[in-house]
Amino acid sequence: MSTGSRLSRSAGTTPVRSPDNRHRLSDKRPPRNPKRYLSVFRIRFTSSLQYRTAALAGVATQFFWGFVLIMVYIAFYSSSDLEPPISLPQLVTYVWLQQSFLAFIMLWYRDDELFRLITTGNIAYELCRPGELYGFWYAKLLAQRMAGALLRCLPILVAASFLPSPYRMMLPPDFLSGVLFIISLLLGLLVLVAISMFIYISVFYTMSPYGSLLMFTVVGEFLAGMIIPVPLMPEWLQDVVYLFPFSWTADFPFRVYSGHFSRTEAAIGILLQLVWLVVLVTTGRRLMLRALRRVVVQGG
Amino acid sequence: MIELRHISKSFKVARRASGLASAFKALFSREYATVQALDDISFTIQPGEIVGYIGPNGAGKSTTIKIMCGILVPDSGECRIMGCTPWQDRASFVRHIGVLFGQRTQLWWDVPVMDSFEMLRDIYRVPRQEYRRSLEQLTETLELDGLLRTPVRQLSLGQRMRCEIAASLLHNPDILFLDEPTIGLDAMSKQAVRQFIRTINRERGVTVILTTHDMQDIEALADRIIMIGKGRLLVDGKLSELRSRFGSHKTITIDYRAPRSRTTAVRMMPELPGTQVLSMDEERAILLVDTERTNLSEVLGAVSSHLEVVDVSITGQPIEEIVLSLYKEHEL
Repeated sequence: MSTGSRLSRSAGTTPVRSPDNRHRLSDKRPPRNPKRYLSVFRIRFTSSLQYRTAALAGVATQFFWGFVLIMVYIAFYSSSDLEPPISLPQLVTYVWLQQSFLAFIMLWYRDDELFRLITTGNIAYELCRPGELYGFWYAKLLAQRMAGALLRCLPILVAASFLPSPYRMMLPPDFLSGVLFIISLLLGLLVLVAISMFIYISVFYTMSPYGSLLMFTVVGEFLAGMIIPVPLMPEWLQDVVYLFPFSWTADFPFRVYSGHFSRTEAAIGILLQLVWLVVLVTTGRRLMLRALRRVVVQGG
Repeated sequence: MIELRHISKSFKVARRASGLASAFKALFSREYATVQALDDISFTIQPGEIVGYIGPNGAGKSTTIKIMCGILVPDSGECRIMGCTPWQDRASFVRHIGVLFGQRTQLWWDVPVMDSFEMLRDIYRVPRQEYRRSLEQLTETLELDGLLRTPVRQLSLGQRMRCEIAASLLHNPDILFLDEPTIGLDAMSKQAVRQFIRTINRERGVTVILTTHDMQDIEALADRIIMIGKGRLLVDGKLSELRSRFGSHKTITIDYRAPRSRTTAVRMMPELPGTQVLSMDEERAILLVDTERTNLSEVLGAVSSHLEVVDVSITGQPIEEIVLSLYKEHEL
């Protein structure tokens, strides 16, 4: 029996795939079928939504942590005579947004299952599937973060809006700022996932996630303004921060929300986010293809 | 359908002696040893065949499977499967194959089995109707009815393996690679899995390549075996040919009454050409007879003339032993 006749067996339902005159498909072609990745996104999302207790614990921690940070800043502000680079209510809002969207902006928020996939060799299955590994993993990471944020952000946001005065989170100054905030927050998330992909890709080379995870989190979170808000950094350091993509994931959307950035600045920023996104995804995909070419599936 | 020609693959493995000193030395200069995983492997498989791919641990079975799936790129050689070179045409090629790694899992741990199936449907872009049909068929033959709504973590290994097999076949592949599909299963589940593999081979015409250490799998399923060892292809042939080549040996178990005189039974056992005494005590002897050199009745006659035989059983050599003697023959 020839291969041709075997294939035509299913000709009734699917177009005949003739292997001989099929043009070569290489992995470099951009993903053409987003549904495939959407489906991976969906299963990861529903799977992550099950971890309610972890989310509850997260909410409590973040709430407590937010209070501590705000108390520290209030103490700083009350003992300083200088004109602050960002007003206290803006800063308080910045902190609450940080805490509620932690899942969107924290590099340490990781997917251990992906690491296990590489180090145990289960990746073999994913490599036998049509579609691109980069897309699958991107979808998974995105889903995990969105599910995490969905479970955590609302309780914090609602509670913080009803707190007494110095601790209260303010609403965006106008409707447009709110819209710009949502756009920049989501774009920031896409950029962050693109950055975190590099951590996973590096595991192909190192076989252990902890080194790159530590490096990325320490450097990345500082540069994203997670340790000191970027507006409170000295000017020269701010210049350094803006050279890296990290601040676009967290600092930028939060300052768009509080109106610390003007609308024009916000619009330019959103464009820059898009540029970063394209650059990071393209480099990531290329690196991943190269890693896969030399990958040795572990064990078995 | 599948054609491998002169495939070779080697891996670099870091090596060092044990101990602190050599560990310290390895910080600066590492020594690598090259392991030849596959050495000039060639074979052809026709559509509809079930091929048992066997060999001891580390022989290169999984490496070959990975090359045929397009996961690994060989150092040299050619591989054409359904007109594609797996590692070059990966994206279009993988639609036609189903893979099952018995030691790994492709199902999502925390969600019901059904969710994983639906994800696979989308990944392979199986048209809804075709998906429903193949799901129905799989559910029926693998008895998945009660399992599909259960999270994978709550399934037993046997149940999970049945679901894994179904997952590998949802997209109607033409070729199925099974890497140790019965590992760790109880006798019942093994039976079910074998039965199912036979069914899909017969009804859907799926070509099956099966690696296993369980020779009963081979006996129940494979028409043909390919044996490799230390990366080399050692045997490629029909199971029946192999059996007739090595199956001329029979095992005879003889129970007899202990001899009354002081001479032990051992001394009374006649010496015959082509007969090997495997074990012997006062009341039982087990002999291995090469029927090409000695007639069975001759052996029995000789034994019964010396000893008072109570019971005799003659068995052909099980495939397990044939393979074992093959391993020995090739010094694996």
